This record gives sequence, C-alpha cells and structure tokens, in this order.
Amino acid sequence: MKDNVKLMKGNEAIAMAAIRYGCDGYFGYPITPQSEVLETLEAQMPWETTGMVVLQAESEVASINMVYGGAATGKAVMTSSSSPGVSLMQEGISYLAASELPALIVNVMRGGPGLGTIHPSQSDYFQATKGGGHGDYRLIVLAPSTVQEMADFVSLGFDLSFKYRTPSMILADGVVGQMMEKVVLPEQRPRRTEEEIRRQCPWAATGKDNGRTKRNVVTSLELDSAVMEKNNERFQRTYKEIEKNEVRYEAKYTEDAEYLIVAFGSIARICMKAIEDARKEGVKVGIIRPITLWPFPYDAIREAAANVKGILCVEINAGQMIEDVRLAVSDSVPVRHFGRMGGIVPNPNEILDALRRDFIDKPANAKED
Amino acid sequence: MTREEIIRPENKVYSRPRLIDDNYMHYCPGCSHGVVHKLVAEVIDEMGLEDKAIGIAPVGCSVFAYNYIDCDWIEAAHGRAPALATAASRLNPDKVVFTYQGDGDLAAIGSAETIHACTRGENIVMIMINNGIYGMTGGQMSPCTILGAKTATSPYGRRTDLNGFPLKVSNVVALLDGTCYVTRQAVHTVQAVRKAKNAIKKAFQNAIEKKGTSFIEIVGTCSSGWKLTPEKSNKWMEENMFPQYPLGDIKDTSKGLEEKTVEVKK
Ligand SMILES: Cc1ncc(C[n+]2csc(CCOP(=O)(O)OP(=O)(O)O)c2C)c(N)n1
Ligand code: SF4
Ligand SMILES: [Mg+2]
Repeated sequence: MKDNVKLMKGNEAIAMAAIRYGCDGYFGYPITPQSEVLETLEAQMPWETTGMVVLQAESEVASINMVYGGAATGKAVMTSSSSPGVSLMQEGISYLAASELPALIVNVMRGGPGLGTIHPSQSDYFQATKGGGHGDYRLIVLAPSTVQEMADFVSLGFDLSFKYRTPSMILADGVVGQMMEKVVLPEQRPRRTEEEIRRQCPWAATGKDNGRTKRNVVTSLELDSAVMEKNNERFQRTYKEIEKNEVRYEAKYTEDAEYLIVAFGSIARICMKAIEDARKEGVKVGIIRPITLWPFPYDAIREAAANVKGILCVEINAGQMIEDVRLAVSDSVPVRHFGRMGGIVPNPNEILDALRRDFIDKPANAKED
Repeated sequence: MTREEIIRPENKVYSRPRLIDDNYMHYCPGCSHGVVHKLVAEVIDEMGLEDKAIGIAPVGCSVFAYNYIDCDWIEAAHGRAPALATAASRLNPDKVVFTYQGDGDLAAIGSAETIHACTRGENIVMIMINNGIYGMTGGQMSPCTILGAKTATSPYGRRTDLNGFPLKVSNVVALLDGTCYVTRQAVHTVQAVRKAKNAIKKAFQNAIEKKGTSFIEIVGTCSSGWKLTPEKSNKWMEENMFPQYPLGDIKDTSKGLEEKTVEVKK
C-alpha cells in the first residue's frame, strides 16, 4: 500500500490513472495548465507496456475527432485540454453524444473569455453542464477537488461513459491540475482484449470480423425526422436514467448549519477552511460539494437548505452554478454568489467576509437588494 | 433468346459488386460518386478485406457511402475524416482504414487534418472525389473550383482577385514525406475506370503493408452542381478540369521505401 502512495500533480495523476485503467488511447494538444497530462504520457511510454496509443494531435479539433474515431471502434479513449481548447472541441463532443459513444474528456479550466489567462478558473461550468455544443445533449460532468479524485475520476468517468454510452467530462480547475498532493494510484488493469471489446461494444466499427455479417455504422446523421426524434427520445431517456442513478456530492456540517455554502472543485476545500474558522467563532456553516455537476444534486441542496438562513455559492467565476442552486431551492432561501475572476482564487477570509456581509451581519428582516 | 437463356450464369457479363447493397442510391445521374463506390467495393471484395476494412465517410454527397458499401463505417464531422482514420488505424493496426471525401470536405474545412495525417504517414487510404464544387449544399465554390467556373457563390465565374487560386491538394500532399503514393485519376471512360481501380487497389495494398499514406484524387463530375447533362459534364471535365488537374501518378515511393526515421544527435 505504502509503495503506491505517490506525490504528484493532478495532471500527472490523470495520466498515470489513465494508463492503469487500461485506457486504449490518448489524443491531445498542449495548452497550459494541463500540458503535463500529455507530457507524462509521452514520458511513461505506455505503448511499450500496456499498448496504449498516445498521440500529440495537430489541434484540439483533431484530438476530439481522433477520440471520436477511436471510440467508434469500441476503444477506451480520452483527451484533455484547457478552456480555449475545449471550446474548439464542442462540435466533436456533440457528435460523440449523438453517436452514443463512450469517451473521456478532461478540461483543466483556466480563466476566460478569449485567450484570457493561464491561471485557474471555473468559468466553463455553463459550457460543460448546459451542453456547450449544438443540439439537445448532456455530458456526465465530474468535478474533482483533490489530486486523489483526479486519479479516481478517470476510472469513474470511463465506467459511467461505457455504462450509459455517452461521453463524460472531468471538469477540473487549474488549481487541482497544478497542485501536488499524495495520491494512491489504482492497480494496473489490463486493457480489454479484442474479444472483450466486441462483447462489450457489439455496435463498434471494428471491421466485419468474427463472422459478423451485418455491417456496423457509427453515425449521428438521420434525415428522417421521425427517426431522429426517436433517437433524441432515446438520448433523453438515458439522461433521465443518469439523473436518477448517478448524482454524487459530499455534505459536511449540514446537520446543524445555519448557513450553507455550495462549492465544487478546489474552492470547496478553501471553503472548508472558512467554515472551520466560522465555527470557531460559533457561526454554524455547512457545505455541499457537488461532485457530479451534471447530474446536479438538486435534491441534496434542497434538503440541506431546509433549515438555513442563506446559501452562499462560492465559485471561481462570475456566478454560474448559482443558477442551479437557485433552481434547487426556488425562492425559499436567499442565495448569493461570491467569486473572483481573471484567474484569482479567493482565500478563506474573503469567503468568510462574504458570508458576514451577505447574511450573518445582515438583520433577518433587512430589505433584499 | 428467351429470358431464361439470358439469365443463365454463363451469359452474365456484368453484375452489381457483391459488397454494394441494393439500397436505392441517392446520387444524381452522371455523378462520379457511384462509380467510385463500385470500385472501392470491388477492391475490398477482391482483396479479401471485408472483415478488415473500416471506412470513414465525410460530410458531402457521399455522407451516405455507408448505406451502399457493405463494410463497417464511421461517419465523420465535416472535414475530420483523416483524424478519425488516424485513431481508428492506430488503435486497430490489423485493420485497413480508408477515408472517402469530397474536395470541399478534404481541401477546405479539413485541410489541416489532411496535411497532418499525410505528414505523419498514417497507414491509411485517402480517396478524394474532386468535382470542383460543393455538391451537397447546392453547388457552391470549393477550394478546387477552377478559375472561371460559375457556381452558386461565384455566379460570374471564379476570379483570382476575389477567390484566389484552385488548391491542387494532391500536389501539396505529394510534397509530404509521409505519403507513399499520390495519384490523380478519373472514372469517365472504361479505360479510366480500370486505371482508377488499379490505383485504389495499390493504395489498399500500401495500407496493409504499412507503407504510409496513399492519396487518390479522382477528378469527377457533378452534373447537378455544374448544371450540365451527364454527357456534357464529361466533356466539360475533359476540356476544363483535366488541363488544371492532369491525370496520372504524382508520387510513388511505395516500392523500395527508404527508412524514414532520422536520428537526431544530442
Ligand atoms: C461544420 C459544417 N459546415 C458546413 C456544413 C455544410 N456542408 C455540408 S456538405 C458541404 C460541402 C461538401 O462538398 P464536398 O466535400 O466537395 O462534397 P460533394 O458533395 O461535392 O461530394 C458543406 C459545406 C456542415 N455539414 N458542417
Ligand atoms: S449533387 Fe453532384 S456530387 Fe452530389 S450526387 Fe448530385 S452529381 Fe453527385
Ligand atoms: Mg465536391
């Protein structure tokens, strides 16, 4: 066990976990703050051990379409990038969703819009959870807050993606990508054999081998509107199943909380420090940390909010997840946002100040602004 | 002769290739796509590649190639077929992966993917039907539209001052070290069809032997886009396209391929 404990960056953990998951292929293009994923894979040379293919593509457009090509043959394939690169991938992600292909996409977010900054951000929440590309589709979105979760969510992301035949995304922020922590890497799993792939993915375009007589066609095109509507209904049924089964979150100090913080990713850990400081002063604050940003833990937040006086949504952006939190509680509780932008990560004092300003120091009957 | 006599096997002179489905074909009369589909299907069958071939279909009139040629297919986003083929081929090295694309798909929106698949020397076959027009979207100008040609977006004829020069994409990829075979063919006569078929066969053989990227341009007709009858289309193509796009092999290093890896001294 001890031998398996390693000190590494979140980005490196993604790469190491991918090899150990038995991932078949990685396709990516350098961009800060996630280039260590590709760099680590190239240094590890997994093609010589597990047989995993690693390729530096000519662009993120190419990477995601390589992922599409690989996934269509039933392989477990992935890419990683940061915000501007993930914007370029949106057409491909929509195609993956429409063709019901499993794949893993990692976005280690940096501040935008535009070329923005290389510093951390969470400003791609809307893009990831509301369908950044065209058409009615959803992504399973996992938000790691530790290097350990960076490693663990590789297998979780792939497993969910294969289970539901829909792409999943690890939506990390630049903090989790760049920071070093202790991590226990998963055991090395062998890559699936060709036979296992054909059993697991009978739809895959693997060439008409093993005596298969009917050809497999992976496509998102359907010009017959009646059939295309049926396809869409099937996608929506899958999304309903995922919403029913796969909501994940972490709740702390919520039982006696007077105030609730909702935060995901690295900032949730900074909020924990603020919460502990508040509790030392006798102010009872709890936290819900959504782990799946889609499906979003609406019910958990609604239940945790039943007895609180206010909810503070702390995000490293201008206020995106707050819309889902407001949906969760309707107008039953006041919900406020606190965040920094441009690559600045709030510190615990700022968070505590925001709590005081918005709720604690405000008389209960104060007029809403 | 009675009908019974005519349909005796020994009297058979022609039939649909085994790997072409009898699905209703959507191609216009006189369209080159149908002929090239037939050749691809014949080559896959004759080379015994039915269980090995993975086709990548484009966005363009041949988007439905998967409805006609009976092998496994993946339908790509517009222009991205070479990226899909790269991954499909690297992840399935015992398979033979080919792209089938139009000139707009390959040479406009997909030019980056084309150049990079070719320069990496992916062990794939790339087939491009160059009809010098966007057939599917109603006959707009493509990078390969010849000067003077009237299209929906060059209604008075393509002009260099407005639209630049036609992109001779085969000549471009022939310059790249990753391509082993680059040829320009046509399918307007029996003789041309035979030559084109041999070229396709050679390309598939190169892919099996992992010699690098084989690139086949077929100069073809789009009678609907050109607003000409099939017969006049062929004539127009011979008179106007062939001088710009001369037929024949542009590059062939598939025989006696030299070692391409270069050692870099530290
Ligand atoms: C991203 C994107 N842009 C534009 C289109 C519209 N579109 C469909 S086919 C096509 C052009 C196809 O022309 P070509 O590749 O020459 O094929 P042809 O129909 O001539 O065989 C275009 C622009 C699309 N489907 N996707
Ligand atoms: S529009 Fe042109 S390319 Fe398309 S099917 Fe008709 S003739 Fe062929
Ligand atoms: Mg065309």
